[in-house]
Amino acid sequence: MTTSQPPSPLAQISPSVQARRRAWRMLKDRAARHTVMIGGFGAIVAILLIFFYLLYVVFPLLEPASAEALAEYPLGDNAGKTLYLAMEEQAEIAVRYDSTGRVRFFATADGQTLLEQQLPLPDNVSITSLAEGGKGRSAVSLGLSNGSVLISRHAYRSSFPGDQRQITPRLEFPSGTVPLQVDSQQHALERVAVQSGDRTTIAALTDDQRLLLVILEKQISFIDESETLKRFEHALPNTAGQVRHLLVDPDQRSLYVATDQGVLAYYDISDAEHPQLVQQLGVVPMGATLTGMKLLAGGISLLIASSDGQVAQWFPVRDETNQPMLHKIRSFKVEGSATALAPEYARKGFFAASNHGEIGIYHTTAEKRVLLERVSDQAIETLAISPRANAFLAEDAGGQLHFWHVDNEHPEVSWSSLWGKVWYESYPQPDYVWQSSSASNDFEPKFSLTPLAFGTLKAAFYAMLFAVPISIMGAIYAAYFMAPAMRKIVKPTIEIMEALPTVILGFLAGLWLAPVMEANLPGVFALFIMLPLGTLMFAGVWSLLPGALRYRIPDGWEAALLVPVLLGLAWVAFSLSLPFEHLFFDGDMRTWMRDNLGIGFDQRNALVVGIAMGFAVIPTIFSITEDAIFSVPRHLTNGSLALGATTWQTLTRVVLLTASPGIFSAVMIGMGRAVGETMIVLMATGNTPVMDMSLFQGMRTLSANIAVEMPEAEVASTHFRILFLAALVLFMFTFVFNTVAELVRQRLRGKYASL
Amino acid sequence: MRGWFNSGAPWIWLNAAAVSASLIMVAGLLGLIALRGLGHFWPTDIVEMDYRKADDQIVRLIGEIRGHEDVPRERLVAAGVSVPGDSELVRRVQLKSGNRDVVGLDFNWVLGPDIIAERYPEDLVVIERREWGNFYGYLREVHENGINVTDTAPLWDVLNEHLGRARKIADEIRVIERDEIGAINYKLERLRLDQRRLELEGKADTEALARIAAQEAALQLQYESHQKRLIALYQDIQRDSVTVEIQDGRVVELPLSKVIHVLRPNAMGVGDKLLAYMKNVWAFISDDPREANTEGGIFPAIFGTVLMVILMSIFVTPFGVIAAVYLREYAKQGPITRIIRIAVNNLAGVPSIVYGVFGLGFFVYFLGGNIDQLFYPEAQPAPIFGTPGILWASLTLALLTVPVVIVATEEGLARIPSAIREGSLSLGATKAETLWRTVLPMASPAMMTGLILAVARAAGEVAPLMLVGVVKLAPTLPLDGNAPFLHLDRKFMHLGFHIYDVGFQSPNVEAARPVVYATALLLVLVIVALNITAISIRNHLREKYRALDN
Repeated sequence: MTTSQPPSPLAQISPSVQARRRAWRMLKDRAARHTVMIGGFGAIVAILLIFFYLLYVVFPLLEPASAEALAEYPLGDNAGKTLYLAMEEQAEIAVRYDSTGRVRFFATADGQTLLEQQLPLPDNVSITSLAEGGKGRSAVSLGLSNGSVLISRHAYRSSFPGDQRQITPRLEFPSGTVPLQVDSQQHALERVAVQSGDRTTIAALTDDQRLLLVILEKQISFIDESETLKRFEHALPNTAGQVRHLLVDPDQRSLYVATDQGVLAYYDISDAEHPQLVQQLGVVPMGATLTGMKLLAGGISLLIASSDGQVAQWFPVRDETNQPMLHKIRSFKVEGSATALAPEYARKGFFAASNHGEIGIYHTTAEKRVLLERVSDQAIETLAISPRANAFLAEDAGGQLHFWHVDNEHPEVSWSSLWGKVWYESYPQPDYVWQSSSASNDFEPKFSLTPLAFGTLKAAFYAMLFAVPISIMGAIYAAYFMAPAMRKIVKPTIEIMEALPTVILGFLAGLWLAPVMEANLPGVFALFIMLPLGTLMFAGVWSLLPGALRYRIPDGWEAALLVPVLLGLAWVAFSLSLPFEHLFFDGDMRTWMRDNLGIGFDQRNALVVGIAMGFAVIPTIFSITEDAIFSVPRHLTNGSLALGATTWQTLTRVVLLTASPGIFSAVMIGMGRAVGETMIVLMATGNTPVMDMSLFQGMRTLSANIAVEMPEAEVASTHFRILFLAALVLFMFTFVFNTVAELVRQRLRGKYASL
Repeated sequence: MRGWFNSGAPWIWLNAAAVSASLIMVAGLLGLIALRGLGHFWPTDIVEMDYRKADDQIVRLIGEIRGHEDVPRERLVAAGVSVPGDSELVRRVQLKSGNRDVVGLDFNWVLGPDIIAERYPEDLVVIERREWGNFYGYLREVHENGINVTDTAPLWDVLNEHLGRARKIADEIRVIERDEIGAINYKLERLRLDQRRLELEGKADTEALARIAAQEAALQLQYESHQKRLIALYQDIQRDSVTVEIQDGRVVELPLSKVIHVLRPNAMGVGDKLLAYMKNVWAFISDDPREANTEGGIFPAIFGTVLMVILMSIFVTPFGVIAAVYLREYAKQGPITRIIRIAVNNLAGVPSIVYGVFGLGFFVYFLGGNIDQLFYPEAQPAPIFGTPGILWASLTLALLTVPVVIVATEEGLARIPSAIREGSLSLGATKAETLWRTVLPMASPAMMTGLILAVARAAGEVAPLMLVGVVKLAPTLPLDGNAPFLHLDRKFMHLGFHIYDVGFQSPNVEAARPVVYATALLLVLVIVALNITAISIRNHLREKYRALDN
């Protein structure tokens, strides 16, 4: 047999070639091994990459703010006291108004003077007061010793000669260089507050303690469309005590007058003819004095600093009679006492300087101190921040200027602002609100994730309520009772069910199911009751039927037999719906529920989502449960049956017990799927972030929120990062659920193997 | 009875009912979509009815009956509708009366009891238009330059002849506008970028600039000649118009340039209707959308979906297969494989929107932004790859579907009897050779299964795509005649997103509904077909390996 064999082809190849070829093959083998190893770890790399990338984007939210001193220099000129300091957008140039009426623009980096100008004051007239505001925050209003007001604006123009940014400062006088006479008696104005827009409001306190309110309103004649300026003058009753602070909000609706002792009068001045005192109250604790009062960006909230080291936020809240009343919302602690307050230009944060030479940065919505830095050994007297809130300039009692850079990108995020109840501006009480954007710039972003998390869990809860009974019962039947021939139909059907795109389920839920359920509400409830009851009744009747008929249907085909029965029951339920509604609910169950039970009804509600998302989750739970039950070793069930237990007893006492970890992990995985599902909730709910457990109200989930808002979020903004945080929360949630489920399943598999 | 209860039989029946309910739901859902989706293309008869309005005036209504429902009388009365008769349930009929530009509302609910008479006259026509939706009424005259030309021949023949001419011109206009002028614009943009790049690199000498200017001038010249031709064609197409009498008796003139086709459904037999049905189906599959996607076809969405899925398959297959081979063939089964398996499972369980967020942040902004800075400085500040596009969408979906491929391939590998590997190894083959020559070919159907399942998943996934590249209307396809032909940076349309967008974001949901159902049907058909293929391949494989084992 061996003799006739031809020589092996290998034998004709010289050993060296063979060795080379073998080396080459080994090399290929090793190369393949390494490639495959790299690919294998790819899955871990991918999951780590997702996790760390999300974390990387979210991380800046958690990073504390920081500040660093850039420059420190003496004021430079000793003429006059600083009345006002401000910086332009880029924080390159600052402006200083002093009590002699000189305005000096200087570079923030070194204090070098760029432009110096004298204000056009009439002869023998001096500045007696100064207030920020007039035309936006880049203007100041100067109260003069002859009872008039001059508005001055520090403006900047950027040019790019040779691709280098160059900013040129200049001084403007939006209402002209002639001061506007406020007090006809020509008394000096000790305090002023001015806001100017379509109308101009000037509040002033004269040196003989009269409180004046002048409102200039443009009036356009209907006949020839000519403009006339109508002047309203009021002398407001002065409150007890020395008035220290006057404030008019930018919308010119409210006037705040405060005394040293902390008595605050709140006037409604929206009606130019009849300003009204709304409320007068004490705003500082006993024994303390009021040291500062400013409006927070947006002009709704008041910041009130008192000598006991508190800065409190107040804003009007409507009471039962719909009357706005000032409320103390929250307060912040300052070491020592606050000597200067500087609200940020665009966000709801503020800077506070203290007599200990410290500057703190606070955020009202987040209710936290973002940063505290010791800037000087002496008390800070004047404080200016840049409009982007990324730099501040402070003057201390020694006449030294300190220029600091601030890195504070996301002050609005804190544990309480993300998860707690927050009292937002204009809200009647603290609440969980998600409202990330608005048309207005001064808007207070409301980033509470609680309503979204609540909506997510609510949607998942109702989906599970619908899916778990059906899928587990179905799986029990399919794994344990069903005829093999029928399994061959059922299993692929369930797989198809799992493969159906959720966008299809969502669109059917939103466009078809929701209106159908709305029109047949009693029928839907009847269905949930009638289906199980009808099934039991049919089963009872079936068991009484003569055997000749019953034995025609082999065991394990009950499900097929029930299809027409269920269809019939559904038809009955729905055709009874309208008569029912007519009989018991006055023709409309929705209005009946609203009127009699106080339950509101949204067309796209939790019931619709529960059914649609339940539909999406059923196959997941079904497949895993079925697998767990089906792989319970046969000898266990056979043993039980041999000992005389019925199939049902065997199922409940042996099979289900053994398979329960598997069923548990099925439910976990189903839950994970329901929590992360996006399209169904996006389409089948109204996407309103309400916190209401009602079956008939919609919700907004974390995932739908991401889908809705992500395309509009500005990259690297707080909103953008919070959406990433929402994604991270979803990721972590499903990660934990799936890992636990998978571990349980792997253990179970091991147990089965050992059995 | 008590014994019967104790036997557990009722519970078995209840469990069976759960299975039946699931089956009914799946079948009902598929049936509903099929019914609504297929019905959309059937040329419905047009009804003319005499209708008594609330003020007892009798008016003529013309339109298609789109559905009806029974409403309790109280609900209507509560809504301020006066209802004749005294039955408790009142039938309402939804009438699509079209003519949106003339009468405003194109869908009306009319009360059954108020309908006095219904007729189906043969000469009622439905005109499908490029804008403003369908138009219903009686044909009156065909005009040529404003002069009636219907005296010589039957109206219908004259109309078809003129319509054919208008359609031919419209096709020509479309080819010039979209293809030829589109190509010129594309080339001009490329020239602009070339010039900018030269300037940035400091190589913009006069010679190069002159060359670019010359090319630009040539293109401009081409553009002008096309423009001239277009003006002539636009003038030409304005020539003909048709006048139609609508339900309130007014006669409205429609330019034929706006008409796609005219049908007389009431005069059509079943054969004609079937033909029209086929044409409608074809038009739906092959046409571009019109009227904010609520009419016309969905070709760009089909194209975008297919291309995206193909790109995704190219990314996902090697990665998934290699990972599965590692897990099954190379790795020692121990804690590491356990961790990898858990990672794979987690990857499968991560919500798809999270992939979208990741894709947007990592692929689009991070990778894309850096690619733009490195390779396309001339296009700044307009992003090329730093904005959502088909490349990032397919990569994101590849990541999303990789667990599917891994699991399926691993299962396939596990089923190959170890005797086959051992045989190959004992003959002297290396491990790589064994894999490449014997194991992988045997496992290829399993990989195929995984890939098909991945494709089915990707085709239906919408949430992540909304963040990484899908748009409601893409002006250009990601694959066209302009070099380099495949534009990976472009945005694309997608069937699933089309459903969401048309169904929920469109201004006229009622008019959009049929398109949504038809699109959904197409998507479901594709996905069910893919899944059934995958399931049958897998079942076949199982049988085969069971035979091998024995």
